[in-house]
Amino acid sequence: MNKLIVSPSPHAHTAESVPKLMYGVMISLLPAFAVSVWFFGIGMLIVTTVSVVSCVLFEYLIQKHILKVPPTHLDGSAVLTGLLLAFCLPANIPFWMVMIGALAAIGIGKMTFGGLGNNIFNPALVGRVFLFISFPVAMTSYPVPGQWLRYTDATTGATPLGIFKEGLGEQTAGELMQQVPGYTDLFIGNMGGSAGEIATVALLIGLLYMLYRKIITWHIPVTILGTVALFTGILWLVNPEQNADPLFHLLTGGLMLGAIYMATDYVTSPMTRKGMVIYGVLIGILTVIIRVFGAYPEGVQFAILIMNAFVPLLNKYFKPKRFGKEVQHG
Amino acid sequence: MGLLTFSRGGVHPPENKISAGKKIEPAGLPEQVVIPVTQHLGAPSKVLVNKGDEVMTGQLIAEAEGFVSTNIHSSVTGKVLKVDKFPDASGYKKMAVQIQVEEDQWEAGIDTSDDLLTNIDGTAEEIRNKILGGGIVGLGGATFPSHVKLMTPKGKKAEYLLINGVECEPYLTADHALMMEKSARLVVGIRILMKGLGVEKAIIGIENNKPDAIEVMTNATASEDGIQVQGLKVKYPQGGEKQLVQALLNREVPSGGLPIDVGVVVFNVGTAYASYLAVQKNRPLIERVVTVTGKSVANPSNFLTRIGTPASFLIEKAGGLPDDTAKVINGGPMMGKAVAKIDIPIVKGSSGILLLRENEALRNPVQPCIRCTKCVGVCPMGLEPYLLMTQAEKGMWEPLERDHVMDCIECGSCSYTCPSSRPLLDYIRLGKAEVGKIMRSRKAV
Repeated sequence: MNKLIVSPSPHAHTAESVPKLMYGVMISLLPAFAVSVWFFGIGMLIVTTVSVVSCVLFEYLIQKHILKVPPTHLDGSAVLTGLLLAFCLPANIPFWMVMIGALAAIGIGKMTFGGLGNNIFNPALVGRVFLFISFPVAMTSYPVPGQWLRYTDATTGATPLGIFKEGLGEQTAGELMQQVPGYTDLFIGNMGGSAGEIATVALLIGLLYMLYRKIITWHIPVTILGTVALFTGILWLVNPEQNADPLFHLLTGGLMLGAIYMATDYVTSPMTRKGMVIYGVLIGILTVIIRVFGAYPEGVQFAILIMNAFVPLLNKYFKPKRFGKEVQHG
Repeated sequence: MGLLTFSRGGVHPPENKISAGKKIEPAGLPEQVVIPVTQHLGAPSKVLVNKGDEVMTGQLIAEAEGFVSTNIHSSVTGKVLKVDKFPDASGYKKMAVQIQVEEDQWEAGIDTSDDLLTNIDGTAEEIRNKILGGGIVGLGGATFPSHVKLMTPKGKKAEYLLINGVECEPYLTADHALMMEKSARLVVGIRILMKGLGVEKAIIGIENNKPDAIEVMTNATASEDGIQVQGLKVKYPQGGEKQLVQALLNREVPSGGLPIDVGVVVFNVGTAYASYLAVQKNRPLIERVVTVTGKSVANPSNFLTRIGTPASFLIEKAGGLPDDTAKVINGGPMMGKAVAKIDIPIVKGSSGILLLRENEALRNPVQPCIRCTKCVGVCPMGLEPYLLMTQAEKGMWEPLERDHVMDCIECGSCSYTCPSSRPLLDYIRLGKAEVGKIMRSRKAV
């Protein structure tokens, strides 16, 4: 008889694994990807391909030649970072900028902290913000949807949030609402914006899939969206002349993409349910503050990165409810 | 009646109850038995026999030493070959009595008939003495001496008796078989424990992957006042004492406390049946139902097995050791212990022998923690396994104690659920051992 294997319990293990979770997130992104290809055509395909390939390649090169550790570029996480980075870039951005963004995402965002599981900030957002600050013009000129065969030469236009931000002061909210796409268009994604952020309904379908597969819990996305709706709702009720309604805020900009995919990133979000709720609420508040009172039309990216920095504190102070803490006598 | 369950955490591993529906079958007598004198939690029992002695089935061969200890009886008739140290399921050598088996002859005074005796004579104290006399311990696996649990400490009051028929471990079906076949005797056993405790109310908790057992036990208790059967949603570790108390009564046993702190005492169905035999039939605990199972096992079975029988004897009875066996587990896959040799003796706490194939036996390579929070979500005690593991890895004993590592019930839900296959519970056990040492030394000062 062969020697028996002896190891401590448990002797059973779930069928779930890191690559399976990563692929699960990718599957959930498919509807949004399809919608983005529908509206931005070849540009979306080029940006996504370059981003994914660059992220995987940079991860491999950095691990192999700089860190000299066994490369983990195929565990799915680099592919996912590449996908998410592409989703938050304009579909007409030159491919070499995408590569720089990928290098910032993987190199600065992930590898400097020690690779998968150790980074403090969401790598895709690090890549996006790096590009946003380095190439502000390219990062804020969004192609008008429907130009399937045009890439960098696509005609550009403003995003709904941009139109609103620019016009306020001179025009009332009611007048500005006439200039942005209607709610149906906002729902399906027929508007200017980053390649993957526009597809509101498709992103929500992705959320449902991830909840069904138990990849994420509802806490972070629901609290972010709820807080934004509540906060903008109050502002709108107080002063409807100067503020857009909550539905407009929910459907525009990077809010859906941020709440569903960026803020829920495992590594950079809190470890307890309570922490997740606080994190979500604060991201929502910061987003609205930046959108309504700040200089930028959109604030989700900064809100998430700022809250990423608070995650260790949230983990320290918000613990799960412990079993049997309260002494009860029957 | 709706299904209940515990509120925090939990997992649902594949149930794999291959041997469900198999009748309890006497395993027969092996050539030799090895009966360890520490089969229970607490002090080792004092050996009363010497090499060369002739013993009869049911004869006392080691007696309780101290309060938290119990009696041990010969499970066979025969000649004592040796009183020496033999390896048990842990792999360590422990004092045991080895007996060469001869023709079965029960000691005088033991009722070996199958007649159902429903009249419970005797006071609570007499019941406790018979349970100590019969060497009854918790058969769910913890093997805590049952007479101790029947002594309610001063200042506490027992209100409920809970009977654990959950059997939440995958693969195991011993308790299930017992409920199906011995329901009437089990109910008398429950009455005995109720009388021993002085409680009026008992609840039998059974997970609803055993609807037949729920039905049989409901029928068996239909005319019994104060005994209720409650179906439970399938969720591991519902058979954990604290989880079961919370599931059935929504009371939380305090950290570091016992169920009696919330007015509850929990016994396993096997223990209730053993109590019936000990009190009504004067028959000590010398045999138990053991599930022998595994995906490659030819005849997965529930064997009525004499204590001290080598596991290898049972494996032969179930069709022999499959060629692809890579791991043998004493117990279930979640909390059972892997053994190095298959000739380890069956003891009072052995609920099953599980044979795993190589693909089931090997652990996946460990990946970095991706902070997915799944371990936090499944911990039934509301702990943070990822954090405890890191602290244990780094030897941070003070933070470990502060983060309540000692609350861990070692159910293994965290390691089970970790997508990175991290050895969470291994490190938490290390942490518990070290923190336990520190706490004891502090007490000693």
